[in-house]
Amino acid sequence: MYYSRPVTRSCYALLLLLLFTAFQSHAEVLPEDRADVLYHRFSGGGVTISGPSILVRKKFNEKVSATVNHYVDNVSSASIDVITTASPYTENRKENSISVNFLEDKTLMSMGYTRSIENDFDASTLSLNLSQTLFGELTTFSMGYAEGDNIVGRRGDANFKENANTRSYRLSLSQIITKDLLMVLAFETMTDQGFLNNPYRSVRYLNNLVPIGYSYQPEVYPNTRTSHAIALRARYYLPYRAALSGGYRLFTDTWGINAHTFELGYTLPFRKDWLFDFSYRFYTQDKADFYSDLFQTADEFIFLARDKELSTFTSQTLGAGVSLEFKKNGTGLIKRGTLNFNYDLILFDYEDFRDLTVNATPGTEPLYSFNAGVIRLFLSIWY
Amino acid sequence: MPIRLSAILFLLTLQACSATPWVKPYERAHLADPIMNFERNPVSSNYLHHVYDAREGARGAGVATGGGCGCN
Repeated sequence: MYYSRPVTRSCYALLLLLLFTAFQSHAEVLPEDRADVLYHRFSGGGVTISGPSILVRKKFNEKVSATVNHYVDNVSSASIDVITTASPYTENRKENSISVNFLEDKTLMSMGYTRSIENDFDASTLSLNLSQTLFGELTTFSMGYAEGDNIVGRRGDANFKENANTRSYRLSLSQIITKDLLMVLAFETMTDQGFLNNPYRSVRYLNNLVPIGYSYQPEVYPNTRTSHAIALRARYYLPYRAALSGGYRLFTDTWGINAHTFELGYTLPFRKDWLFDFSYRFYTQDKADFYSDLFQTADEFIFLARDKELSTFTSQTLGAGVSLEFKKNGTGLIKRGTLNFNYDLILFDYEDFRDLTVNATPGTEPLYSFNAGVIRLFLSIWY
Repeated sequence: MPIRLSAILFLLTLQACSATPWVKPYERAHLADPIMNFERNPVSSNYLHHVYDAREGARGAGVATGGGCGCN
């Protein structure tokens, strides 16, 4: 041994002391009291999904606050998958969630529970989050864990019942770079286990024995999946009170999907009470290893998929939003409020998913694409 | 020993960050402006993340949590 033990101990003591004082944080704060009532609508590709979402957040004292959210999807679906292999349908999904924030000795902890119910899918998710500001409030470090238990059913088949479990591990670091620039680095790993198929979807394979030239068989997915995503986002305050934002996310998983997401945003206040948002998003992904638009034979491989969500495709989103602030610096019950409207146009272009509503030699049908419009109309009140 | 020295130097650097933040609290007026908030309206941005999660293979490192098969 080259060093004496007391020196080594001193080194450790110094390291511990430095570590402790370096991570001395400044006080976190609880989120503001607010209530939001939102109407949402997605329309495109033969699918319309709309409904309300209501969120209420309230502080009980300086250390505890709670948030509740009620969300509804009313679905009317005649999507390309549905009209080529099944019948159009309508259904309803309700999601309720509650989360509690605890502020204790400079640390903000959150615990949340979400339950989502529809006639063929029941999901329960428990989440935990911890965040702390460091280094003179220049840095905020957060870590989170979520676990979801899903029960998968199938309409018209009371005996069909499968389970799936999802776990998510998140880390994020928010950093003040300059007096005008903020950056966030986020990392998330997710693992799934169980029945991960969509129970309604099928793959097609060549079959010369039928006039159309192909037949269908149910999809078969692996029963495990692990994915990793890392994202870097930045927000910059421009000299004339406006904000420019940008982001990039890299995604990879054990099914062979690699994806890139690029985001740009611009926020512009106008006069005293108006705020305009403009955004552009570009997304691209490779197909899963076991995806094919047309398999050569039945049971060609162990795993088979023809979900367009697992195909090679790009999507682009153009977004615009306007917000009107009222009762600024108000007194009494309502401190201030905003009325907001956002519209996003999403263009999906598939590179190996074909439109089977067109009759043609199997494998030569035109590639599928569709546009969707997303509306968000909401009222926010701070009290 | 070089490893320990490196660790001490690294922590001393962190100390420097802690003791004298390069952006002082009184210089953060722009950063405190609501337009600089990454998630200004959580209920609205959570919904849009759900729209993408249900239609794309990628997921995670965003803001959305919760359930639903999103298979429609």
